[in-house]
Amino acid sequence: MSTQFHVAHHFTDAEQQRESAKLGMWLFLLTEILLFGGVFVAYAVYRVWNPEMFINAHKALDVSLGTINTAVLIISSLTVALGIREIQLGRAKTSWKYLLVTILLACVFLVIKYFEYAHKFHEGQLPGKFYTYEGIVGTNPHVFFSIYFLLTGIHAFHILIGISLLTWVMIRTMKGHFSSEYYTPVEITGLYWHLVDLIWIFLFPLLYLIG
Amino acid sequence: MSEKHSHVHVTPLWVYLAVGGALLVLTGITVAASFVDFTALFGIGSLNFAVAMIIATIKATLVALFFMHLYSDSKFYSLTLLAGIACLMIFIVITLLDTNYRGEIYEIEKGPIEPKAKIYRSAE
Repeated sequence: MSTQFHVAHHFTDAEQQRESAKLGMWLFLLTEILLFGGVFVAYAVYRVWNPEMFINAHKALDVSLGTINTAVLIISSLTVALGIREIQLGRAKTSWKYLLVTILLACVFLVIKYFEYAHKFHEGQLPGKFYTYEGIVGTNPHVFFSIYFLLTGIHAFHILIGISLLTWVMIRTMKGHFSSEYYTPVEITGLYWHLVDLIWIFLFPLLYLIG
Repeated sequence: MSEKHSHVHVTPLWVYLAVGGALLVLTGITVAASFVDFTALFGIGSLNFAVAMIIATIKATLVALFFMHLYSDSKFYSLTLLAGIACLMIFIVITLLDTNYRGEIYEIEKGPIEPKAKIYRSAE
């Protein structure tokens, strides 16, 4: 089993290299918060302008599917955390299985999201000028769906990237590239995955449970 | 180099399971709370929104502290996250100060800058 890795010449030791990688990831996560922040601000502005419409429009969303997806993401966050714990303890053979479960849960999330989207396309509950649904009382209901599709769409795109990253670190874990000495890529992929979960924790009540 | 791993803290298994369980329970509570009309019950506006956001913040804090290891890691990472949240708060508060109170300073109704914009036409 190869556990060798390089300490780049500009780092004092492996510990400093690891901490720098993590700080870089945290700074990236900061920019991610601000990326979603832009849409959260749009949500706040339009909700204050159209309070009745937001309450009426959110009833078009399926609370039970949203709740299931929240639980799926929370469990996937738990499994990736356990996967990282296994590799910290040097158990690569169980670590990759936790990562596999995480990837499968992420796929379940996307399948459920697909059914939700398909239903909204069918009903014409779509953003902007594509909005054709007529069952919502209030001003500018298409604005709610613009924000809904932007927030959940950017989030789903992050899930897709997360699946790719998790697959990459899972394969490398299976190949024995990581050990308790070196597992930085698994750890920072985990941080990214937790952030995707963290954003959903706010998306879920803001979109599905308002009123 | 003998103390190379002194900073790596392996969280006990029960902590992960307890946090995961707490997150699922809080999800159940927030869904249940959304079916109760707190605003009418206590006569305080937006109370439901406040309850939902407080629960979400507790959940997010649990994820950040234990799943993302901020509890045991260097406080510098926590500072990075808090800086991001501070920027987001400034972004939201300053924007809402404009969009909500525009009409109280200038002789205009608060609302979209261009109410005749193409995006609003289909709804009229």
